[in-house]
Amino acid sequence: MAVAQKNSNAADKEPATASKPVPEFNKEQDLSAYRTMLTIRRFEEKAGQMYGMGLIGGFCHLYIGQEAVVVGMQMALKDGDQVITGYRDHGHMIACGMDPKGVMAELTGRTHGYSKGKGGSMHMFSVDKGFFGGHGIVGAQVPLGTGLAFANHYRGNDKITVTYFGDGAANQGQVYESFNMAALWKLPAIYVIENNHYAMGTAVTRASAEVNLSRRGLSFNIPGEQVDGMDVRAVKAAGEKAAAWCRDGKGPYILEMLTYRYRGHSMSDPAKYRTREEVDKVRTTNDPIDMARQRILEKKFANEDGLKKIDAAVRDLINQAAEFATHDPEPDVSELYTDIYR
Amino acid sequence: MPIEVLMPALSPTMEKGNLSKWLKKEGDSVKSGDIIAEIETDKATMEVEAADEGTLGKILVPAGTADVAVNTPIAVILAAGEDKSAIKDAKPAPQQKAAASAPPAKTEKKTQDKPAPKSPKAPEAPAPQAAADPDLPEGTEMVTMTMREALRDAMAEEMRRDGDVFVMGEEVAEYQGAYKVTQGLLQEFGPKRVIDTPITEHGFAGLGIGAALAGLKPIVEFMTFNFAMQAMDQLINSAAKTLYMSGGQMGCGIVFRGPNGVAARVAAQHSQDYSAWYSSVPGLKVIAPSNAADAKGLLKAAIRNPNPVIFLENEILYGHSSPVPKLDDFVLPIGKAKIARAGSDVTIVAWSMGMSYALKAAEELSHDGIEAEVIDLRTLKPMDTETIIESVKKTGRAVTVEEGWQQSGVGAEIAARIMEHAFDYLDAPVARVSGKEVPMPYAANLEKLALPSVAEVVAAAKAVCYR
Repeated sequence: MAVAQKNSNAADKEPATASKPVPEFNKEQDLSAYRTMLTIRRFEEKAGQMYGMGLIGGFCHLYIGQEAVVVGMQMALKDGDQVITGYRDHGHMIACGMDPKGVMAELTGRTHGYSKGKGGSMHMFSVDKGFFGGHGIVGAQVPLGTGLAFANHYRGNDKITVTYFGDGAANQGQVYESFNMAALWKLPAIYVIENNHYAMGTAVTRASAEVNLSRRGLSFNIPGEQVDGMDVRAVKAAGEKAAAWCRDGKGPYILEMLTYRYRGHSMSDPAKYRTREEVDKVRTTNDPIDMARQRILEKKFANEDGLKKIDAAVRDLINQAAEFATHDPEPDVSELYTDIYR
Repeated sequence: MPIEVLMPALSPTMEKGNLSKWLKKEGDSVKSGDIIAEIETDKATMEVEAADEGTLGKILVPAGTADVAVNTPIAVILAAGEDKSAIKDAKPAPQQKAAASAPPAKTEKKTQDKPAPKSPKAPEAPAPQAAADPDLPEGTEMVTMTMREALRDAMAEEMRRDGDVFVMGEEVAEYQGAYKVTQGLLQEFGPKRVIDTPITEHGFAGLGIGAALAGLKPIVEFMTFNFAMQAMDQLINSAAKTLYMSGGQMGCGIVFRGPNGVAARVAAQHSQDYSAWYSSVPGLKVIAPSNAADAKGLLKAAIRNPNPVIFLENEILYGHSSPVPKLDDFVLPIGKAKIARAGSDVTIVAWSMGMSYALKAAEELSHDGIEAEVIDLRTLKPMDTETIIESVKKTGRAVTVEEGWQQSGVGAEIAARIMEHAFDYLDAPVARVSGKEVPMPYAANLEKLALPSVAEVVAAAKAVCYR
């Protein structure tokens, strides 16, 4: 595992995921994954900047560093499958195909945000794109996602649900209540634990008695595995395996994505619980986007110029989103009392 | 174009900070994610990352500057191909002062002198609308049944009508319901639609809400509402708020039902009335029927309603029988109170078990020449204020009855509404009869004292009538 860990005694117990052969991507897959990961990164950098300018308020949790997880998982899903996550959700929305303009306008609390400006960073949804939020209470999305999977099971369709949560949420009781019911009723639920190694400022090793989180489903007989969450190809391969398991009616599956968050927990996190060297080490040796870029060049899927064109197009897209979100009006005051009941 | 790096706000409340250190110097190349400076706030030292690629063209605010206002340009980054001549007039903002000799911040004074900006007035909350009860067709047969049977029939009828409706909860299927409310449903609808859950309130409440977000119509039974406290986060944060937080895009039609309030001799942890708790939450509808017909008509309405509905039943009332109209589809409007007994001298407002005290008290008062008008609220949220106010305008006196605690209770809310809308009609202060503010005691004599009683309602009514 190339991901840095502060207390490495935990890392010793983890199986070496790097030794697993990683299936290669074809040209289209590599370029598409690169573009989406880059879109997420640029979006988040812009969001951070706009937060700094006071255009975005409240809490803002950036996904920088973890891009390969959602992009790889989304490549393993089919139309109509559902996705639900917690509060670090901007990347998931972009990976689901939601419009960066609508997401950014929600961050700035404006009329054409996905929730008309009434939800903010942590509460956005797109039923059309199969994205069920965006939930602000740590772990609460896990029973909800299990319920989405229950609905698929009830209707007898072949849709599956991916429920994302972090290493911090993995210690919430409702996660295990959900695991139990999902396994008991064989619900088509993939639980993706995004282990970025820090629950806010608390290292996994300081919060979890069992740090191999893929084993957290053992007492419910839910299979689990650790995945190199910095390699989009490994994520997609694991996602496909889990999806097939669920679609076969075998019940839930746990994927622990070993990943890393470069920025603080939220914007106001001074990150004193880890060293700058630790962050830099991941950034320089194990960055999901740099690695994809390197691969693309090595395999001649594109040259520097081609990549620059992608970079420019992505930057353009994000600048347009920022521009839109800056000038879109705030919601009309009449919106105060709408959408409480229907 | 050169890109200005602004003094960032690093928390929701930060207004200014000290620029303690530059980690890059003019002429250094920077790329996105590089740390270029350190900022000190009252909470912590934070790092400023570059969000663009280029060369650090000019530092506008030197290291050691205190009280730099958020959004002040602190540096300029030049894009590839640009040189320093591209930087025009980028001067530090005037509010920066050297750290060593920082005088009192002028900016603060300035803002204090300014008149406070007028905040726009919040629009009026829309008044809830509810239709009247449907007229029963001439000659409708009335069938006497228990509230337990009425609730069961309501669920069965709705499950026959709509395949998306299902029941889940502890012991609802094979055991036939801990209080036998779901009796026979498993036999008719099978285990796919009548689902025994593990003892896992937080989990199955959330699972039910998730299924509702996907468009199913779950009826989630809590064995009692005391156990729903384990699920409170899901009920409030997920069920009640999601429609609003999604800008109306996604909501959940789900019913949470089960016995609420005080049963008999089960002590503090199993004897609490949650009427006030749920009815204070926007996004929830709260229903608390007192008789079999209302229970049936309102539960059917709740199951069809696209919003989360908290349906508060009562264990003691389960066995009480009353007439229910024999109709194929008897549905009552949510949000409409009912005048259970007409009168002209005093208004008594109650719901659920409180109605038993209220109606018995009205009988006794009648013997003393006081005719009480008894209003059965039936729905606690949205509350039918109009029916209460119209009655108080007539009687000039009001008494509320509830099993719950007095502080912040539903009675307090009713009293406030009467004061707001019918103050000039009142001939006496509104009186509240409620549960005593103690955890429910086990001992039979103390339990009785802790509960409201017919005698207390009678006394309160007489007091407001000055009799």
